[in-house]
Amino acid sequence: MAANFFQVKPSAKKAGKEKERVVDPNLQPWVEKYRPKTIDDVSSQEHIVAVLEKTLSSTNLPHMLFYGPPGTGKTSTILALSRQLFGPDNFRTRVLELNASDERGISIVREKIKNFARQTPRAQAVASDGKSYPCPPYKIIILDEADSMTQDAQAALRRIMETYARITRFCLVCNYVTRIIEPLASRCSKFRFKPLDSSSTTTRLEHIATEEKVAVTPPVISTLISTSSGDLRRAITYLQSAARLSAASNPVAPITSRDIQEIAGVVPDSIVNKFAKTLGIDIPDAVDEYGDVEMADVGKTSNNTLRGFDLIREEVRGLMREGYSASQILTQLHDLVILHQTLTARQKSSCALVMAEADKALCDGADEELWILEVALRVNKAVNS
Amino acid sequence: MLWVDHYRPRSLDDLHYHEGLSDRLRSLAASGDFPHMLFYGPSGAGKKTRIACTLKQLFGPGVEKLKIDQRVFLTPSRRKLDVNIVQSNFHIELTPSEVGNYDRVVIQEILKEIAQTQQVDLNAKQRFKVVVINEADSLSRDAQAALRRTMEKYMSNMRIILCANSTSRLIAPIKSRCLLMRVAAPNPAEMKAVLSYVASRAGAGSIPDEAADEIISDANGNMRKAILVFEALKMQTPDLSGPLSIAKPDWETYCHKVADMIVKEQTPQQVMEVRSKFYELLSHCIPPTIILKTVADRVVERADESLKADIMHWAAIYENRMRLGNKKIYHLEAWVVKVMSLYKHFLFDIDMTGFED
Ligand SMILES: Nc1ncnc2c1ncn2[C@@H]1O[C@H](COP(=O)(O)OP(=O)(O)OP(=O)(O)O)[C@@H](O)[C@H]1O
Ligand SMILES: [Mg+2]
Repeated sequence: MAANFFQVKPSAKKAGKEKERVVDPNLQPWVEKYRPKTIDDVSSQEHIVAVLEKTLSSTNLPHMLFYGPPGTGKTSTILALSRQLFGPDNFRTRVLELNASDERGISIVREKIKNFARQTPRAQAVASDGKSYPCPPYKIIILDEADSMTQDAQAALRRIMETYARITRFCLVCNYVTRIIEPLASRCSKFRFKPLDSSSTTTRLEHIATEEKVAVTPPVISTLISTSSGDLRRAITYLQSAARLSAASNPVAPITSRDIQEIAGVVPDSIVNKFAKTLGIDIPDAVDEYGDVEMADVGKTSNNTLRGFDLIREEVRGLMREGYSASQILTQLHDLVILHQTLTARQKSSCALVMAEADKALCDGADEELWILEVALRVNKAVNS
Repeated sequence: MLWVDHYRPRSLDDLHYHEGLSDRLRSLAASGDFPHMLFYGPSGAGKKTRIACTLKQLFGPGVEKLKIDQRVFLTPSRRKLDVNIVQSNFHIELTPSEVGNYDRVVIQEILKEIAQTQQVDLNAKQRFKVVVINEADSLSRDAQAALRRTMEKYMSNMRIILCANSTSRLIAPIKSRCLLMRVAAPNPAEMKAVLSYVASRAGAGSIPDEAADEIISDANGNMRKAILVFEALKMQTPDLSGPLSIAKPDWETYCHKVADMIVKEQTPQQVMEVRSKFYELLSHCIPPTIILKTVADRVVERADESLKADIMHWAAIYENRMRLGNKKIYHLEAWVVKVMSLYKHFLFDIDMTGFED
């Protein structure tokens, strides 16, 4: 396995890299096209950028640990930083990126790093693009998605870091900092990436929209923000899909908030409200965009001979047939219950209890329909008590 | 060939329902910057058919020239894994969950391989190859982690299409890299249209309304099941104009029998009887979750209103435990005991209230 892996790797890397360059930017997904090229291009992480700018000018890099939720710029930042340090020509010989898709057993990691670190870095100060780069005398090893490395591999990494401390700098990147063993974490300067705040997300999305010449209204931007919860990659992917779909319709239709919600897999409010009503929760008409229509609809709910358990069972069946994800339904129902005006605190607590149980069960892979039904029945009971 | 396969739509234009979705897929396929995608929705709603049609839209008819390979992978501990792989010149399709916890090895190797191979066919309509991953919601955490950066790094020559029943078990970084495509089950009218279409294509004449309605209501949105039942019906009774009796699949009838036993008598002997029936079902490879849900639904139909919520509550609890545990039969059985005791208590309570006043 190991041997086979080494034969494969170099060509893999080359193929990937070379192709990347020839790709027509118009055919590139926007997340890649607008990946920050330099660290001051990284939005919203001002503190991190400020610190890194300093290390860039002194070219003295510590070992680093980047952590934070998906799509907040961790991978982009370290790639941009490395590029700014070494320039395009030296990048390949100076930066080694290992991620969760590479084989990362202890012995393999050690071998790879040993091989990579051994070659003496030969700096080439003026790059082919005419600019000069600091090119400090060390190599950078990026361990992306480090939280999926085993504890043993992490422990072994400690030694490796020490052995090659003079000529390498490590950058560990992960979502969950608690999965990194303490002795390893304590050797690194830690950088916490925050979910993107709405104003930087807005700026970034508007910038992309202008570059790509798509019209976006403020409500669309705010839907993008609310559906992506601080994950800029998601927001950009949604925007690109919506733009493509609107351009493809004839005549060209403007992007609407509803388009974004559909792309994001959000259950329409009218459906969540109808579900809540079936469970006995009061939905004031003001909350409901289509108040009147909805009321009429509920009156003749699919089959008005159904009551009690059977009505709820049928409603859940319908929801599942629509294919909405159970965790999404749960999130939206949870928000509705918690923010509800007239439910008592006691009722809300009972609902919160069952929702927590359901969340856990869904993570364990339990059947979605059974658990949405369970939530529905117990919410119904809580509301009626 | 079965009707489900024979009359399966082959291009986006032939697809019956969800025209809006087909339009979206068509425009995505035309755009050149096709994203990674995640198709999700209930079984039998038509996810795979839609994926196949999308591939054809992307690459043309060449994508239908399939070869099936059995590939051997080696785990780090040198265990051999056999995996079936379906591929054309333009795409590759696999179900990594076949190898359980070793799925990461398979994902890793296949993606590396695809990422390295350039498209050699100069006439190919796209520069990238597509990797279709079935049952993506059963991918282990490790396998999902292995997908993450790869999905970004090799985007220039590879796209991934994930197919899943639900998105709940996929980690956020994966969802964040895909365009989500929800494929809802067809509604009864849409199902009826498909059945009529199949009937006329198969030279089966027209399908009587009552028969169609009954098949559709039994199928609960599962188009595949509806067509299978319809074909079985036609084989059984070639003349559809007379009185019809629509047979349920054997396993379903069997589950109903189990439910009736639970409702009828609540004794330790009966538990033993039920247990042997469960064994029978399991040995025929009926998924334990389906068994539990089918039996529970039937028990609830027959139970008193005041018991229904509790019966389903315990079904939810034991199904969850069954997923985590090893021996499916234990949890099925435990649920039966629980339901029987609920029944007993219920009867007992009624007796007592009779005496109290
Ligand atoms: N802070 C940011 N500033 C600008 N663009 C960003 C930022 N964060 C994310 N993006 C956009 O999102 C894409 C993905 O970001 P990146 O790969 O850096 O995320 P990540 O934090 O490594 O996520 P993951 O934890 O999923 O690996 C980038 O290509 C870029 O387009
Ligand atoms: Mg990353």
